[in-house]
Amino acid sequence: MEKQFPKIEINERYCKGCHICVEFCPTRVLAMKGFTASVINLEACIGCMQCELRCPDFAVKVTT
Amino acid sequence: MAFDYEKYIRPGKLPHIWCPGCGHGIVMKGLIRAIDTLGLEKNSTAIVSGIGCASRLPGYLDFCTLHTTHGRGMAFATGIKFARPELQVICVGGDGDGVAIGGNHFIHACRRNIDMTYLIMNNNIYGMTGGQFSPTTPMGARASTTPYGNPDPPFDIAKLAIGAGATFVARGTAYHASQIDKLLVEAIRHKGFSVVEILDSCPTTYGRRNKFRSAVEMMNNLKESTVSIKAAENMSPEQLQGKVITGLLYKENKPEYIAEYQKIIDDAQEIYR
Repeated sequence: MEKQFPKIEINERYCKGCHICVEFCPTRVLAMKGFTASVINLEACIGCMQCELRCPDFAVKVTT
Repeated sequence: MAFDYEKYIRPGKLPHIWCPGCGHGIVMKGLIRAIDTLGLEKNSTAIVSGIGCASRLPGYLDFCTLHTTHGRGMAFATGIKFARPELQVICVGGDGDGVAIGGNHFIHACRRNIDMTYLIMNNNIYGMTGGQFSPTTPMGARASTTPYGNPDPPFDIAKLAIGAGATFVARGTAYHASQIDKLLVEAIRHKGFSVVEILDSCPTTYGRRNKFRSAVEMMNNLKESTVSIKAAENMSPEQLQGKVITGLLYKENKPEYIAEYQKIIDDAQEIYR
């Protein structure tokens, strides 16, 4: 069976580019792309929800 | 499963006005999760605030909300609780709002032990007005009005609340985000005056004057400068030097003000019947 990865949505309208989600991701799934955060390596995501929990701007949504 | 925060937020209010990396957003998320866990109704919950960055919080939440004068959030909240004791009253504010201009209201709300929850977001500075030092700014820290370092020793909000008679006192940090809602759930359930202090970060007006290069550095500082109450039990006073203790710090049961006042009303009506 093919492995299912969590779905990470980043609302670019809400993101203020504070780097918190990027720095606190334990597996380096996210990176800054210009002003906002974006997903660069979804295969590494373990669904720990740290990015969603710590995002101060309600911009990150993780669906596992 | 993703948590649906927008269910509790007024439509069209996001993105919020707080600066990039400000911890207030993390605390607001914690409050929303706590309210969701408790299953509080939108029409039976009143959220009150004073003035300041942290006091902008009720504006985003879709509950009965009140944005009042500087430092007087607790006075208005007391009025609401008196008039409508069935409402669940939550008062929010910052450190300047709560313990500087509202210090008097804060200690007397603690003393009365009225059944409500006070959430203080302590970012050690007056962020909204340009970074003046507040009563919780650490000694030696720089602010726009203390460019050579702050000479005043800071308040310990939790100790102040315990001393003034609050019956539930807890402290958390914006770094330990999943702990915020657990503390708030216990605080809201507690019958009596509950104080929850959340240590927060202000990268814009505090961080850049005090050698914190980014919001992430400020968050890591919150992690390094705090220790949980369970871990602190096994640590020596030397190891605890400079550390702030987090977790549930104090809890006791004392007569609650609204219930006691109702007894007086009943007695008086009995006499004049």
